[in-house]
Amino acid sequence: MPLKRLPDKAPELTAFEAGYLVSPNGEWRSVRPVIDMERCVRCGQCYLYCPDGAISPEISVDYDFCKGCGICAKICGKGAVAMRKESDYAQLHQRK
Amino acid sequence: MSARDLDAREFFFGHKACAGCGGSLAVRIALKVLGERTVAVLPAGCMSAVGFNFPQLAFTNNALITPFAAAASVMTGIEAGLRRRSVKNVRVVGFAGDGGTADIGLQALSGAIDRGDNILYICYDNEAYMNTGIQKSGLTPHGARTTTTPHKGSRRPKKDMLAIVAANGVNYTASASIGYLDDYMRKIKKAAGITGAKYIHVLAPCPTGWGVNTDETVEIAREAVDVGFWPLREYENGTWITNRAPSRPQDLERHIKRQGRFKIEKRYQED
Amino acid sequence: MRSFISGNDAAAAAVHLARPQVISAYPITPQTTVVERLAEFVEDGSLDAEFVHVESEHSALSVAMGASLAGVRTFTATSSQGLLYMAEVLPYAAGGRFPVVMVNANRSLALPWNIYGDQRDSLSQLDSGWIQAYAENAQEVLDLTLMAFRVAEDPSVRVPFMVNLDGFHLTHTYEVVELPEQAQVNVFLPDYDPGENQIDFESPRNFGFSAGPEWNASFHRSHHEAMLRAWDVIDQAERKFHAIFGRRYPGGVDAYRCGDAEYILVTLGSVSGLCRETADSLRDHGVRAGILRLRYLRPFPHEAVREVLSPAKATAVLEKDISFGGAGTVFTNVRSAAPAQLNVIGGLGGADISKERIAGIFESLIQGESGVKWL
Repeated sequence: MPLKRLPDKAPELTAFEAGYLVSPNGEWRSVRPVIDMERCVRCGQCYLYCPDGAISPEISVDYDFCKGCGICAKICGKGAVAMRKESDYAQLHQRK
Repeated sequence: MSARDLDAREFFFGHKACAGCGGSLAVRIALKVLGERTVAVLPAGCMSAVGFNFPQLAFTNNALITPFAAAASVMTGIEAGLRRRSVKNVRVVGFAGDGGTADIGLQALSGAIDRGDNILYICYDNEAYMNTGIQKSGLTPHGARTTTTPHKGSRRPKKDMLAIVAANGVNYTASASIGYLDDYMRKIKKAAGITGAKYIHVLAPCPTGWGVNTDETVEIAREAVDVGFWPLREYENGTWITNRAPSRPQDLERHIKRQGRFKIEKRYQED
Repeated sequence: MRSFISGNDAAAAAVHLARPQVISAYPITPQTTVVERLAEFVEDGSLDAEFVHVESEHSALSVAMGASLAGVRTFTATSSQGLLYMAEVLPYAAGGRFPVVMVNANRSLALPWNIYGDQRDSLSQLDSGWIQAYAENAQEVLDLTLMAFRVAEDPSVRVPFMVNLDGFHLTHTYEVVELPEQAQVNVFLPDYDPGENQIDFESPRNFGFSAGPEWNASFHRSHHEAMLRAWDVIDQAERKFHAIFGRRYPGGVDAYRCGDAEYILVTLGSVSGLCRETADSLRDHGVRAGILRLRYLRPFPHEAVREVLSPAKATAVLEKDISFGGAGTVFTNVRSAAPAQLNVIGGLGGADISKERIAGIFESLIQGESGVKWL
């Protein structure tokens, strides 16, 4: 989901555009889910049980908002989700 | 109901709940069942604290925070106001924690049920005041340690909210668990089709407060049903139904022992 | 049409004419008859509104707030302990800028228990962010309540409005009141337009959210500035009111014989008439006495108070209130605008305030007394 920019000033009223996101949650992660699409049978259980809605119905992970809780790996009946150390991806982050 | 029947859009997204939070899953799924013409009403508690920090606003539908004790009353007002304006095909849903429901919000909830207001009240029960740092609530189970029952654990049993709302004359009530989302989704859909006051009580473990790992939330919620700790029930037209008999009651002790909150030091143990 | 009714009846009549769509209230003496009348109007079909039977004052205002968010005109009424029971919701409704109109029947606070009139209830809530006005008679109760909807709902204000009337002295005393025609009220009071402050399914919003230290003050400043803007809106409303109904109101203060006054007594509410009578008698004996009745306490009429009081030799404030260990709250507020020497605390728990006692206050002023004095 794309982020929006910080408002220039506060609104007059405590009423504001719904679903306005200015910061991601991905930095919270110490481990990340990596899905083996060969094993995945598209049952949708990881999508369903993700508390953050960070896995789409098409089974792709939104790493900006995945917190790395690992529920998807536990719920997967096919062992298709592996939790990998985030440090292995640190370089990738830097490049990004 | 299954994943395929849900609205593919996310209505509670980008929130700052802890990783593995059961309450946020309960809110997310309920909104995906109810859809965009839903007003979400949240009293003080975890979900309002993590969902509404201006300018990070995580609800994509109409949503608001209410005073702690006032979720049900604000819902009544919204429902009445929208009805007066002839706004059709709309649902007013509340998401309150266990403290906001069984303790401070109980009077307003009783009032709304008594009036038969057309609202759906969902209690996401993580069994303590988690937002303020794990204090005992009226729904903390016997024996669970919290920061206000720090050594011996709660000495009182959990209030039976389903019996309370039934005695108040609720039109429909059910217990649910985030470990069995198919059952939870079916109950939300059913409640949405009933006119009058509806109450769903969903067990939503908190990894931080329960002393379990972040990836165990769903599993522990499922296990609570399987071992008979949290029965899945429904009440409609004066009749109680048990939806699911405990499949492995023999594992009750193991279920309790794996949770950090039930570990009592020897010197504080009483019989 | 002229009618012989009580202050509470006058409040209910105004609400009936203002046509709110959701009313929620919980009974408490001496407010009860306001709620009874409104329930009657709804049941006999003369008022097409939802009357919500709530289980507490906390819920009464919470329901009104929810209905306001749904985009409709709302009303509630309370008194005393009830006002304090809804105290948590008062700044909530104000901070959310929900233009709920409330009638508060001023009554003493426990302990000791007492059902009679003083103003400690509403004065204790001056900082809750509501507009607060005080009526002197039943006609003004009706007129202020009508104006309350217009002012509170004005897009440049959007602040809830509390109309105060003295318990029993006004709530239960019968007076001749001019009842406006519905057609006139419809001209005076436009339909409520909540603007952005309402649930919207085309462009959904989040409401009543948290705002951390970097954003918080901005919301409060907007609220404060809206309160200050209310003066213009009150002025316009009073002009329009005069044009339609023929009754003229003077804004924040009602000054009586203050122009050349050496000694001025500041008052609030129903005791003001007797104070004016006393000033007339004193003037017959050569004392240049004046009475300044405050009509609004929030926003506070700083300029008007300063203008009236500054030329006077000495000023006293008579009030049915005490901030224990301090002084009367009205006195403290008056002193934020102009010098005032003497604070007289009287009428607590419905105690009688006689003409002789009022004359005594002027006597004290002439003697140069100052500080807090109990009547």
